Amino acid sequence: MTKNMIVTGLAVFVLAVLSPFWFNLVTTTQAAPEPELLGRAKEAKKCVLDKYDMRANHMSLLDEWRDAVVRDADRIYVAANGHTFNMSLSTGENSCLGCHEDKAKFCDACHTYTSVNPYCWECHTNPKEIQ
Amino acid sequence: MEKSRRRFLKVAGIAAIGLGAAPAMNFAAKDAHGPAAASKVKNEAALHAERWGMVIDIKKIDAKLAKKITRACHAHHNVPDFTHEVDEQLFPDTRPVNHTQEIKWIWKEKFHYAFPDKEDEFLNEKFHHLPFLVLCNHCKNAPCVQACPTQATFSREDGIVIMDYHRCIGCRFCMAACPYGSRSFNFRDPRPFIDETDPDFPTRSKGVVEKCNLCAERLAKGEQPHCVEASEGAIVVGDLEDPESNVRKLLKEHYTIRRKQTLGTEPSVYYIV
Repeated sequence: MTKNMIVTGLAVFVLAVLSPFWFNLVTTTQAAPEPELLGRAKEAKKCVLDKYDMRANHMSLLDEWRDAVVRDADRIYVAANGHTFNMSLSTGENSCLGCHEDKAKFCDACHTYTSVNPYCWECHTNPKEIQ
Repeated sequence: MEKSRRRFLKVAGIAAIGLGAAPAMNFAAKDAHGPAAASKVKNEAALHAERWGMVIDIKKIDAKLAKKITRACHAHHNVPDFTHEVDEQLFPDTRPVNHTQEIKWIWKEKFHYAFPDKEDEFLNEKFHHLPFLVLCNHCKNAPCVQACPTQATFSREDGIVIMDYHRCIGCRFCMAACPYGSRSFNFRDPRPFIDETDPDFPTRSKGVVEKCNLCAERLAKGEQPHCVEASEGAIVVGDLEDPESNVRKLLKEHYTIRRKQTLGTEPSVYYIV
């Protein structure tokens, strides 16, 4: 009797603990969107940092860039891979948006999925959106 | 093998050292060839100065030219104009405009407002009608820089008093500190009131202060500021610390005045009158 009770209890416990996995098995979830590389970004192949570093650290990179541009007037970034970039989010050919032309598919796809609301675009403008 | 407490402690100690060694070695290895390879540099064409200054020749400016200069500056820096008709389709929820609100970087001012300490009962009549263009003076001892609690406003190495709009919290201490009224506050989102947005310069957002930046973004590309380009030779910028510079030559040749000099802010904008 006691043994049966313990085994049943254990089974219920294991089922309950693993419930997120069961839940995911029966329901379908949207896969995380991949940032799409289009146009010039697709041809260039090389970004400022390597892909995974960029995914994890692009916000600190932008922060660093802003301080360099506004405070030290340094506007050119010579990356570790030898390429040079214009340290700007949205202005000029060699800036972030200059290469990643489609903001909706590059920035917004992931930010929307992860519910991140960076306030970049309250001031910075997307050249494509200006009529 | 004999089991004793002493022996167990020895083995455990050695194992702990071994576990700690790996992260320490990784850390040391990372430092040796880390992200040091990347560097940030200036554009080769960038204009340099020990301390930027400006000379405005008022004799060469009439009301029409003053308007053109203001327009050139404001259009390229996306400065809102609250008399601008709002596009109802793009900005459907825009509240009615208060027409007394203004945001300005460079504008026409009357002599007795620009130079209150030089106002005189018997002043030459012509001074009352000249369009004095006023803007941020990029002071050597800028009171706005001292007032800013977040270091959003600061004096750059080359003397330009500039703002990092990201850091501005909208406290407006700088506006109270500035004796020249060179700063404007965005009481509302400026975007509906920008006629044509220039993609080469960001707009501002609600709740930040803004002012002239001496076209730092253009000097960095080796270009002259917008006001200088539009002024047909009436405005000149250059290095105040270089005795051979164009501004120093003008200062040598002409009698010049500065705004509210007695306050000791050491303005960098000179007027030939």
